[in-house]
Amino acid sequence: MDHPIKRDHARFRKIVKGRIRDNLRKYVSKGEMPTPKGDGTFKIPMPSIDTPRFKFGDRNQGGMGQGNGDSGDPIDGQEGEGPGQGGEVGNSSGNKELEVDLTLDELASILGEELALPRIEPKGKKAMPSVTNKYTSIGMTGPNSLKHFKRTYREAMKRQIASGTYDFFDPRVIPVKRDFRYRASDAKIEFENSAVVIYMMDVSGSMGDEQKEIVRTESFWINLWLKSQYKDIEVRYIIHDATAKEVDEETFFKTRESGGTLISSALKLCREIIQSDYDPNEWNIYPFHFSDGDNWSADDTKLCLEILDQDLLPSSNVFCYGQVESRYGSGQFYKDLASRYGEDDPKVILSKIKNKDAILDSIKDFLGKGK
Amino acid sequence: MADRTRPLDGELLRIREEIHSYAIEFGLDFYPVRFEVCDYDTINILAAQGGFPSRYPHWRFGMDYDQLSKGYAYGLQKIYEMVINTNPCYAYLLNANHIVDQKIVMAHVYGHADFFKNNAWFSTTDRNMMAVMANHGTKIRRYMERFGQNKVEEFIDRVLSIENLIDVGILFETSDLKRQREERLKTANDEIANELDERSNALKSFMRSKEKSEKILEVIKPETSDLRDKKINAPRDVMFYLLENAPLEDWESDILGILRDEAYYFLPQRLTKIMNEGWASYWHSHIMTNRALKASEIIDYADHHAGVMAMSKQNINPYKIGIELYRDIEFRWNSGRFGKEYNTCDDMHAKLNWNKNLGLGRSKIFEVRKTHNDVSFIDEFFTPEFCERQQLFTYKYNPRTGRNEIETRDFSDIKGKLLGQLSNFGSPIIEVESGNYQNRGELLLVHKHLGIDLDFGYASDTLRNLFAIWKRPVNILSKQEEQNTILTFDGRDFKQSK
Repeated sequence: MDHPIKRDHARFRKIVKGRIRDNLRKYVSKGEMPTPKGDGTFKIPMPSIDTPRFKFGDRNQGGMGQGNGDSGDPIDGQEGEGPGQGGEVGNSSGNKELEVDLTLDELASILGEELALPRIEPKGKKAMPSVTNKYTSIGMTGPNSLKHFKRTYREAMKRQIASGTYDFFDPRVIPVKRDFRYRASDAKIEFENSAVVIYMMDVSGSMGDEQKEIVRTESFWINLWLKSQYKDIEVRYIIHDATAKEVDEETFFKTRESGGTLISSALKLCREIIQSDYDPNEWNIYPFHFSDGDNWSADDTKLCLEILDQDLLPSSNVFCYGQVESRYGSGQFYKDLASRYGEDDPKVILSKIKNKDAILDSIKDFLGKGK
Repeated sequence: MADRTRPLDGELLRIREEIHSYAIEFGLDFYPVRFEVCDYDTINILAAQGGFPSRYPHWRFGMDYDQLSKGYAYGLQKIYEMVINTNPCYAYLLNANHIVDQKIVMAHVYGHADFFKNNAWFSTTDRNMMAVMANHGTKIRRYMERFGQNKVEEFIDRVLSIENLIDVGILFETSDLKRQREERLKTANDEIANELDERSNALKSFMRSKEKSEKILEVIKPETSDLRDKKINAPRDVMFYLLENAPLEDWESDILGILRDEAYYFLPQRLTKIMNEGWASYWHSHIMTNRALKASEIIDYADHHAGVMAMSKQNINPYKIGIELYRDIEFRWNSGRFGKEYNTCDDMHAKLNWNKNLGLGRSKIFEVRKTHNDVSFIDEFFTPEFCERQQLFTYKYNPRTGRNEIETRDFSDIKGKLLGQLSNFGSPIIEVESGNYQNRGELLLVHKHLGIDLDFGYASDTLRNLFAIWKRPVNILSKQEEQNTILTFDGRDFKQSK
């Protein structure tokens, strides 16, 4: 029989998921999503339920530490880390966050596990054969950088023993030219799927920093997941207000434009990119569009729907539209798309992202169908 | 649990004999220590349950287990050992430990065991807690079967919300505490026995309802003054006050009493974290480096020990501060660097080379481990020289740069902050002022404000839970931004009045 704590554990998970004891919901801090810290490590917040108690407010409380440094020196290096956890000596509970060194692959699998994401089924017939070299065999020639020391010394030892020059009391093994072995490559034909993600973001005046932060976080996780599913993935970025342009990643997240919004401009550019660079027969294409949903005019929306119907939808795996809630946005575009494609069109996935906490749900909306 | 742990055998048994003999040789004094070996999952379970193999059902044990398991899975933390304050003293070792780790851990455990037995703050703990905890589990499980798991769990959540409202001073009310506990245990046992007897149920429920109505009358009984009630003799033991005065069902009082007992059981450990870990570390270090360590094990030992002693810029490591403070005391009492003559000496050269060869160090630290808790330990032995040598500092969040920055290395600031964090085991001091506030049967608590405001968000939610127990409006008087403030919850709304 399992230990009774497994039942406590199951109960805890159920409370966190909101299935039982609804009155505890406000004390639950969900912590399924790791956040990158920028130095290769990630914070993995753990779900926890806080029991309210009389306790000290932590404003200006700070804490204590040991080590060198002068007053005014930062103690945790990173900027914008937020207040540290003061509180009881040696009791680092309070904020239950783990900081871990993880590879992106491991991270993707944690994400997949937590969100129960299905593996993506690539478009079957569009698989492309590609030749890769794998260093799986050993050869007699090669560059020094590929020298296989163990095999080389083994050969030398074999030769010395066979020729009787090996001295057990002075067991030195000296390889000569013909002992050298090198790693050699074998050509392998693999069928692989390539994918391109085209992010489009509305950078009109109504998209504030908070909204962009949401898009940034969300696209990081989408990239991460798609990268774990496709061997080869390209990412392109488009920003638009009333006109659209292609930019690099940094500009994509930093730019703050202003002015009106013509969503069709981004879709047009997206169409051009696909037509010139990505043959839909060979590529899995994922256009993502993020906006606060405030398009300039009904006419433009009409134009958008036309572009989607005629060009983008037929060529892409799925078109994803994420609507970030902002104070100024009307959210009309979501309604337009929803009335046109409905909630379960297989080619169009719509998601509303209310705030940071909703990012996870939205990722699940987008990737949960395994397209 | 029985199949999850096994007693020592073979090599480990031999090592235990060896380490045990050194512990005795150095004068450690402890109840018999029962070592068991288990895997990491089991040790995570034990740690999640406060060291005990059997507790009452509650999600928070599941939560702690979840976090410990994840921490282990990601390779971030590993629990080498668990030791429980009981007689015999149970200690669990992780089976994956290297032999040298097992040696360290055993020496460490003997340090804890000596501390549990001898430190004054532990003198009233129930050494039979293993059975008591299991018994608590049985009772609460029975209540859950009878009244529903959600209902009972919800009540437990409410009580946990006031679990820190207990009185440190009560740890010394030996005979009284003992009598109360025995009485409670007796009635509880009677109840369980009664339950088996169908006939007495009707009678019992009659008696209960009678008892209850008397209790309610007593609470509502009008009083003329809204000053502190005369009868509250341990105002900081809010749990006890509620146990005596709140209109509770029998099962509710029983659970409140159970959780209060457990809170008091764990209290001494919260009061002596630095001393206890420091003492155990002092002894594992001493035993290993003077006796148990083989030449081939030195690197592994040093690695392990350094890991435990690691200093952090974000937090104070109680192991490190504890062990260093004991060593400092030992050195000072060996060389005579204490007392008026030393303290008033203003010849720096003489002070630097001060050595009276008193050799009192060892006996002094034994005495210290007997009589102090963390607060008095720091208050008495934390010196400016020590503070500087340990490179201590305080830090503060700087909103301008958005990061935590070193604030000061000033001795008195650091000491003050450290004591502030330790006093009343890190909880705000809260007392019952009246059970008949405004002559309306309302509960009034008072927060003794010592410079730091309460978190009013948390306080509101705590009041909500208190209300569910008290069933009349609940108030807490505190200060917010220098102003006296009363926060009230009347069952529907919160009110703040200055």
